[in-house]
Amino acid sequence: MSVSFTPDNQSRFEKIISKYETKASALLPTLWLAQEQFGFLSNEVMDYVAGLLDMAPAHVYEAVTFYVMFKRKDMGKYCLQICNNITCSMMGSEKLIQVAKDELHINFNEVTEDKMFSLVPVQCLGSCDTAPVVQVNEEYCENLNPEKFKELIQRLRAGKVSERPGLSCQ
Amino acid sequence: MPVNTTSVVLSDDEKVLFKYIQKENLNSLSVYEATGGYSSLKKAFGMKPDQIIDEVKKSGLRGRGGAGFPTGNKWGFVPYNLGKPIYLLCNADESEPGTFKDRVILEKNPHSLIEGIIVSSFATRCHKSYIYVRGEYTYAAKVVEKAIEEAYAKGYLGKNILGSGHDLDLVLHRGAGAYICGEETGLISSLEGKKGYPKLKPPFPAVSGFLGCPTVVNNVETLCAVPWIIENGGEAYTQYGRGQSKGTKLFSISGWVNKPGTYEVEMGVPLKEFIDVLAGGMRDGAKLKAVIPGGSSTPPLTPQEVETANLDYESMATFGTFLGSGAIIVVPEHHCVLKLLEHLSEFYWDESCGQCTPCREGTGWLYKMVKKIAHGQGTQADIDSLNKTAKSMMGTTICALADAAAMPVLGFIKKFLSDFQAHVDHKGCPLNQCGGSSH
Repeated sequence: MSVSFTPDNQSRFEKIISKYETKASALLPTLWLAQEQFGFLSNEVMDYVAGLLDMAPAHVYEAVTFYVMFKRKDMGKYCLQICNNITCSMMGSEKLIQVAKDELHINFNEVTEDKMFSLVPVQCLGSCDTAPVVQVNEEYCENLNPEKFKELIQRLRAGKVSERPGLSCQ
Repeated sequence: MPVNTTSVVLSDDEKVLFKYIQKENLNSLSVYEATGGYSSLKKAFGMKPDQIIDEVKKSGLRGRGGAGFPTGNKWGFVPYNLGKPIYLLCNADESEPGTFKDRVILEKNPHSLIEGIIVSSFATRCHKSYIYVRGEYTYAAKVVEKAIEEAYAKGYLGKNILGSGHDLDLVLHRGAGAYICGEETGLISSLEGKKGYPKLKPPFPAVSGFLGCPTVVNNVETLCAVPWIIENGGEAYTQYGRGQSKGTKLFSISGWVNKPGTYEVEMGVPLKEFIDVLAGGMRDGAKLKAVIPGGSSTPPLTPQEVETANLDYESMATFGTFLGSGAIIVVPEHHCVLKLLEHLSEFYWDESCGQCTPCREGTGWLYKMVKKIAHGQGTQADIDSLNKTAKSMMGTTICALADAAAMPVLGFIKKFLSDFQAHVDHKGCPLNQCGGSSH
């Protein structure tokens, strides 16, 4: 299967590389753009990006596997990223982990059968004053407790919040 | 302006960084300008670059990312005669557990950062600058991106800024989840399109950094202090703080306190007062067990030490610890410190880039040994080898991540040995917390 950017993303890509001194420097923003369009970074997508930036495919694989926010497989519609670092753990993140496992019947780094949810452990998200925190896709859901988190998962499942799930936790 | 009173609280007028932080829509250009924003540019462009560097040297401003290196000196190392472009990289990869001060600036006052970058770029003869923001800060990235667009449209960025003859292009660059990219040479590798591997120093980035060119890497908070220093003079800044700790500083406090958050204070104020007055004291009247003063890599303080410690570089050094990134984590008595250390050691193991053997292997050993002891399977010999392993990691690697992993381990063993002992004696966690759900 051959992959390529949509015409719109192609022009966004061209705008990106125009800002950088070298094509290689534009690797991270190009991967972000590719992940946005393709959902995750398959081998084909990584090869495509390597071609766009005149880089060896191995360099792209190396970077993609180094940075934890790049996904190499389909992580479902909602990727629940739970922080369990010092402050979040102190403020009860382990109970959130339990809620997620009970509600979704999956372990960390797994995806539900309906491809609706995945569960990923993350390190400190820099939101310790609103701990415990879960990042849903790119949104922060702050000041959570087991009840609020369970409710959030149920609302996501019911399709009631799809735009900015983070805002629904306020 | 300057204080030197006994109160830990600065009035809004006394603040350098957070004077208008509560103002609604401060992140829009018009509101920022209405507060006097971008007014330092006129003064800066009327000065010579070296005069700006001298003012910053005079101010005693030190890097607010954690290392505390004098900013003016860093700028002074840049060679201007190599015929190569000079780059200014803003480190917004705030990732040290407990730290969330820069996020407040990025989200609420992005134009103050842009103003700081413009003045600093003029001083360092730089015409291209990047803000490297951690990938997780998506909202902050959107806010900063919009602010950059506004600044271009108003002529604060681009060619011949305000008719000064100074050109500056500014690009927001998003990371993608790697603690090590907050280390300045790791950040440079990442911006070059590689894994975030730190590089051996020397050469220092000031001489050979991004793409082999002279590069200044400064933290968000550091750059934001520069416009105030230019407007008020370096001397005025030194009236805040004491000794080698001049000015004001942002501290982000989290954990078991009533009012966690980010607060600006004069350097040198008493830590105890900071916790009791600004952070509202201990939650539920809990007793204090420990305080991590400057981010997860800094050794802890005991309750007794907290009574007399001050928030400055010198005071922290007398307790064998550091001011670091200013991330204060308050640990209550009911929270097990071994559990805390287990999470902390897991973090450094997870984030080691794997380049240097003492760090790649050592962080894993520390994590395994802490976990073993925490889960009640450890012996006295394990405590000894944990101590020995941590010591052997210090100063043996390209960057400071190995030290960052080892220092808290050594600090906790030194100051909270009885907690380790109790886990060994009880063959488990006395508070019944260790060994629960973990990654």
